[in-house]
Amino acid sequence: MKNKKRWLSLVLAAAMAATALTGCGKSSDDKSDSAGSDSKAEVFKIGGIGPITGDNAIYGKAVQNGIELAVKEINEAGGINGYQVETKFEDDESDPEKAVNAYNTLKDWGMQMLTGTVTSGPCEAVVSETYNDNMFQITPSGTSVNSVQYENAFRMCFSDPAQGTVSAQYIADHNLATKIAVIYNSSDTYSSGIYQNFAAEAKNQGLELVAEEAFTSESNKDFSVQLQKAKDAGAEMVFLPIYYQEASLILAKADEMGFAPLFFGCDGMDGILAMDNFDTSLAEGLMLLTPFSVNATDEATQNFVADFEEAYGGIPNQFAADAYDAVYVIKAAAEQADLTPDMSASDICDAMKTAMTEITYDGLTGKSITWGTDGEPSKEPIAVKIENGDYTIM
Amino acid sequence: MSLKDFGGTRFSVYKKRSEGEQMSFISYLINGISLGSVYAIIALGYTMVYGIAKMLNFAHGDVIMVGGFVTFTAMTSAGMHPLAAVLLSAVACTVLGVVIERIAYKPLRSASPLAVLITAIGVSYFLQNLALLIFGADTKTFQSVISFDGISLAGGQLKISGVTLVTIAACIIIVVGLTLFIRRTKAGQAMLAVSEDRGAAQLMGINVNGTIALTFAIGSALAAIAGVLLCSAYPSLNPYTGSMPGIKAFVAAVFGGIGSIPGAMLGGILLGIIEILAKAYISSQLADAIVFAVLIVVLLVKPTGIFGKKIQEKV
Repeated sequence: MKNKKRWLSLVLAAAMAATALTGCGKSSDDKSDSAGSDSKAEVFKIGGIGPITGDNAIYGKAVQNGIELAVKEINEAGGINGYQVETKFEDDESDPEKAVNAYNTLKDWGMQMLTGTVTSGPCEAVVSETYNDNMFQITPSGTSVNSVQYENAFRMCFSDPAQGTVSAQYIADHNLATKIAVIYNSSDTYSSGIYQNFAAEAKNQGLELVAEEAFTSESNKDFSVQLQKAKDAGAEMVFLPIYYQEASLILAKADEMGFAPLFFGCDGMDGILAMDNFDTSLAEGLMLLTPFSVNATDEATQNFVADFEEAYGGIPNQFAADAYDAVYVIKAAAEQADLTPDMSASDICDAMKTAMTEITYDGLTGKSITWGTDGEPSKEPIAVKIENGDYTIM
Repeated sequence: MSLKDFGGTRFSVYKKRSEGEQMSFISYLINGISLGSVYAIIALGYTMVYGIAKMLNFAHGDVIMVGGFVTFTAMTSAGMHPLAAVLLSAVACTVLGVVIERIAYKPLRSASPLAVLITAIGVSYFLQNLALLIFGADTKTFQSVISFDGISLAGGQLKISGVTLVTIAACIIIVVGLTLFIRRTKAGQAMLAVSEDRGAAQLMGINVNGTIALTFAIGSALAAIAGVLLCSAYPSLNPYTGSMPGIKAFVAAVFGGIGSIPGAMLGGILLGIIEILAKAYISSQLADAIVFAVLIVVLLVKPTGIFGKKIQEKV
C-alpha cells in the first residue's frame, strides 16, 4: 500500500512537471510566432480545415489538394496584390469538436482567412467561432444553410435547399419520372436538408413521392427494406441525396434484387467512381447534379484537370474544384478590396465582406458567379450521367 | 360499368396487392434472418468470451473489421482464391485474438472488471486507428467471396441471394459445432468448468489461462468469418465497419442471455428480424429506437435475457 502511494505521488509529480514544461514551451512558441509575423508580414496566411482521415477523408483530401494547387499557381503568378500566399491545412475528421480545435490551431499559426470547413456539421460549429473573431470564411463545400449563417461567411457550393429544389425542378423539367422514391440519411444535416426541400418542391412540380425512406449513420448497411418499399410502390426513380459510400451499397443491393429504376443523386454522389474496387457497371445510368465535371470542354477545366492529375495522380472531383475556385475567389475579392497582409484578420474580414458582394467570378464550378450578403453564390448546376464508367454531361 | 364490375375490379386489385404484400413480408423476413445471422455469429464471439473469461471484449467488433481487411487484401492485392483468403483471415484473426488476450487482458486477470472493460475499449480504438493508418479512411468495395447466385422462388418474385444462404448455413453450422465442441471434447468441458468457477477449475488441474486463450482464439476465428460474411452481404469496408455491428451483436448477446450459445444465436436472429420489420412496417427512421426499446422490455421482464441462467450468489 505504502509502495502504491509512493508511485502515485511520483506519477503526479511527473505530470505536474510535464504540464509546467509544456506551458512554458507554448508561451515561448507564441511569442516567437507573433514576432515572426510582425517582422515579415509579406504573406497572406490562408488556412483550411477538413477531414483528411475518417469517413469523409476523400472530400477533405480533395479540398486540401485543390487549395494547394490554387495557392501554388497564384504564388507563381505573383501572388495576391503582389504578396505571396501561405497555406496550412488541419484535419477535423468531420467532427465539429475537432474542427474547432483545428480552427484554434490555425489561429495560433496566424491565419487571416479561412477556406473551410469541408463538411456541414463541423462548418456550423466553426462558423460561430469565426463570427466571434470576425474572421473571413469561405466554405468550398459546406452545404447546410447554417454553414454560412453569419455575415462573415460565404460559400462556393450550392446550399442544401438549392440542391433539393433544383433537383426536383430538373427531374420535372426533363420528364425523367413522376413516381419517385427517396432514400435519405435522417441523422445527417446534409442529407435531410436536401430531402426536405426536394419533397417540398416535388409537390409544386406535380411529382409523386411514392416512398420516403430513411436510414441513420448507425444502421447504414442494410438497405433491402428501403429498396423493397420503393419497388413495391412502383417507383420509376430513386432519389438519393446521400454520400456515395451508402449509395454504393444501395446500388449493389438493387442490382441483386433485380430492381432497376433510374437513380438520381446530388454532389455527395461525386466520388463513387473513384471508390476502391467498386464495380462501376452498377453505377451505369446514375444521374447526379454537380457544379463541376471533369469532362467539360472549356480550357480552364481542362488545364485544372491536367495540372491536378500531374500533381496528385488522380482525377479531381467537384470538391477539389470548389476549393480551387474558393482560393481564386479570395484572390479576386482581396484584389477588389486592396488587401495587404499587414492588416489584422478582423480588418481583412470587414473589407472582404463588402468586396465579396461586388465581384463577379468565372471559375470551374460556374460562370459569372455573384454573392449576396447572405453568402450564397448564384450559379447553375450541371446534370451528369454515368455512362461507360465515366461522367457524361447531359 | 355496373357496380358489380367495379367491385370485381377493386377486389382483384386488392387481391393482387395482398399477394404482393405477402411476398414483401416473406422477403423482409428472409432479409431479417440474413442480417440476424451475421449478428448471431458476432454475438457468439461476445457470449463465449463473456461466459468463460467473464469480460466484455469490446474489441470484438474491430477484429471483424481486421478479418474483412485481411480477406480484402488477400483477394485484391495477392489475388488469392476467396476460400484461401477466408482461411488466411481466420488464421490471422485467431493469432490477433490470442495476442490481444496475452498482451492486454491477461495481465489484468485479477484487476477490477472496469479496468478490463476500459482496456478492451482501448484495444478497440487501437485496432481502428491502426487500420486507418495502414488502409486509409476511404471506403473500399468488398468483393463478395460467395460466387453462386442464390435461388429464385415464386416465379422470380422472391430472390434469396447466395450470401444470405451461406450466412444462415454458416450460423447453424457454427452453433451446432460449438455446442458439440463444448459438450463432447475435453477442452470444451474445461471451458464449461472455467465458466462455472475459475478457482475450483484451477484446483482441479485445469489450465485456466490456456482455456481462456483458446476461447479468444475461437472467438476471433468466428469474428473473421463474421467479418467476411458481413462484408459480402453489405459490400463496403472501412476501419469503422465493425463497430456498429459489434455493438448490435453485443445487444443481441444480452438479449439472448449473455454466456449462452443458443441464446446468442436466437438473440441475433430476433434482433435482425425486429430491425428489418420495424423498418418495413413502422418507420425506417425509428428502427433502431424500436430495437432498443424491445431490448429494454425483454430485460425488464427477464433480466438475464431469454436463455440466461439465474445464478444465485452464494455467501
